[in-house]
Amino acid sequence: MELNLETEIDRSRMRVSDQVAIRIEDMNKWYGNYHALRDINLTVRRGERIVIAGPSGSGKSTMIRCINRLEEHQAGKVVVDGIELSSDLKNIDKVRSEVGMVFQHFNLFPHLTILENCTLAPIWVREIPRKEAIETAMHFLEKVKIPEQARKYPGQLSGGQQQRVAIARSLCMKPKIMLFDEPTSALDPEMIKEVLDTMIELAEEGMTMLCVTHEMGFAQAVANRVIFMDQGQIVEENNPQDFFHNPQSERTRLFLSQILRH
Amino acid sequence: MSERNLAFVRGEMLPAREPPSGQTGLLKLLRESFFKDWLSALLTVTSLIVLIWIARSVSPWLIDSVWNANSLSECRQILGGAEGACFAVIRDRWTQLLFGFYPPTQYWRPVLAFVLMLIALAPILFPPVPRRLLWFSAAFPGLAYCLIWGGTLWLPFSAYAVFAVGAIVLGLATRLGSGVAIVLALASALAWWIFVSGSVTTVLTQLLPLALAPVTSREMGGFLLSIVIGVTGISLSLPLGIVLALGRRSKMPLVKTISVMFIEFIRGVPLITLLFTASLLLNYFLPPGTNFDLILRVIIMVTLFATAYMAEVIRGGLAALPRGQYEAAEALGLDYWKAQRLVIMPQALKISIPGIVNSFIGLFKDTTLVVFIGLLDPIALSNSIRATTAWQGIYWELFIFIGGLFFLFCFSMSRYSMHLERRLKTDQH
Repeated sequence: MELNLETEIDRSRMRVSDQVAIRIEDMNKWYGNYHALRDINLTVRRGERIVIAGPSGSGKSTMIRCINRLEEHQAGKVVVDGIELSSDLKNIDKVRSEVGMVFQHFNLFPHLTILENCTLAPIWVREIPRKEAIETAMHFLEKVKIPEQARKYPGQLSGGQQQRVAIARSLCMKPKIMLFDEPTSALDPEMIKEVLDTMIELAEEGMTMLCVTHEMGFAQAVANRVIFMDQGQIVEENNPQDFFHNPQSERTRLFLSQILRH
Repeated sequence: MSERNLAFVRGEMLPAREPPSGQTGLLKLLRESFFKDWLSALLTVTSLIVLIWIARSVSPWLIDSVWNANSLSECRQILGGAEGACFAVIRDRWTQLLFGFYPPTQYWRPVLAFVLMLIALAPILFPPVPRRLLWFSAAFPGLAYCLIWGGTLWLPFSAYAVFAVGAIVLGLATRLGSGVAIVLALASALAWWIFVSGSVTTVLTQLLPLALAPVTSREMGGFLLSIVIGVTGISLSLPLGIVLALGRRSKMPLVKTISVMFIEFIRGVPLITLLFTASLLLNYFLPPGTNFDLILRVIIMVTLFATAYMAEVIRGGLAALPRGQYEAAEALGLDYWKAQRLVIMPQALKISIPGIVNSFIGLFKDTTLVVFIGLLDPIALSNSIRATTAWQGIYWELFIFIGGLFFLFCFSMSRYSMHLERRLKTDQH
């Protein structure tokens, strides 16, 4: 279980505040008759970096997708940045503009250039002047180290580059919370590191992050809490040190032995 | 077998080289596409022979064609028994084929309208054209109506005023929420149209009588008619089709049901029955004494018909988009309409281009069906030309002319769509 990220992590700004960013209370979700999420309770404070792990089909993605209501929960309460998610469309759009999301398959808009991908939402949702939006976009593209690709289309970039653009696109909205849904699962091994580096940098700046990932090295290096899910419920919640070296639940132990054997 | 050292380290990387000769260019094309094996060689030679035979039998007919004659018998006299086309009929009657019975002194009006149409289309079809020209494109329909039908210039002006009133109310009411604003804007535009428009037109006409000599719909015909119906149908069916396709995918049951019923009904009925409805039945339903222009009725029916097809083509494009595109747009906080306009539609329409243009071409050619309800489209005119004593018995020449013009329009649409597909291609390095 070696940490294979050579980057030295600067922890000076990784501070967790007392303010609550996300509060989930007894959240339940069904797909038809299938009980997908069962009594989820989770409180995330500002600046926390949470990694969610678990076998496939355990509801990890569904859970974080409930936070910006890409999925609807049927029972319980989800409060994001002080706004409770209900069927009120105004609240949903408001939450979505404060919560960035990075997908497994990038989901960049293929008909727009990289720069246009990054300026679309700031211009049309935040109603920022075009010039300012372009400046912000270039700032974040520089941050993810691909400003030279700004005029290209997503189809002309490698997977790792596309995912970094997707991160930059979310950041251009200046979100308070970032959700990552298996951001490196669709990438070639060579490109995983460049995306993880970008995410680590983000964590160093104190961003509140929820990250569904199988990158346990990343979890150990960056997370201040690891959540383990199975069968739609939270099975274990622990700090990374104990989670990896001294897991409490049998299910977690089995899972860790499966993924860390190689 | 002895143990061997498997390590291999490349000292220098190989540079890229030219492909071997015969793998590129004309030689490869000839070998691979025309003379790959015996069968393909045989097919190549046979097709060549057939092509040459067709060219040899048709060319004398075309080359010896007669362009100056006043009747078919005169043509035959000139040819003196030889094979030859009698294109004199086109020379004699081309104005009729283009304009129908439009007053000859007024031909400049449809011609001007056609030229202006090309100018109005330019900014829509080609991005390098200055965007400001789009204002002209917006003004074009009213202008074209004035030019073609004549009458007072203030009528289209007041029609635009209805839109302007709607837009102003929409702008003022946006603070009350988009739904309320749209309802208010529609209501005020409707109210303006019903209660104010008529009197404003009358007053303006009396103050400043700007008018062109009116031409009735019955006098129009030929390609003028086809283009008027075709272009109006095409430019209305695309936006209406988009709305209908979105309606069919809507989560609101009522909107969805209405869209599905409309699409299925219109698609399930032959166009010709809709045209008969337009020409015969509509009069029974309208209050007696209303004079509802036949061309207008036909345009409405053709548009409805094309809209149903368009909606299904666009729905196909929408269904082809990965769910991730919707999710990414939503996750960025774009609301439904913005997501549709900025993310979903540009991609869905791009996917649907071949289908959309297919519908356009079909619609344009279907305009010839109006012959059955007594409108004088090019086909109807060719019949009436053949009914005259001078040109009785002439077939090919008229149909070649009509077919050629239709081909010109349809082929340009097809080429444009290919150009558009190339231009919108973004996944190439």
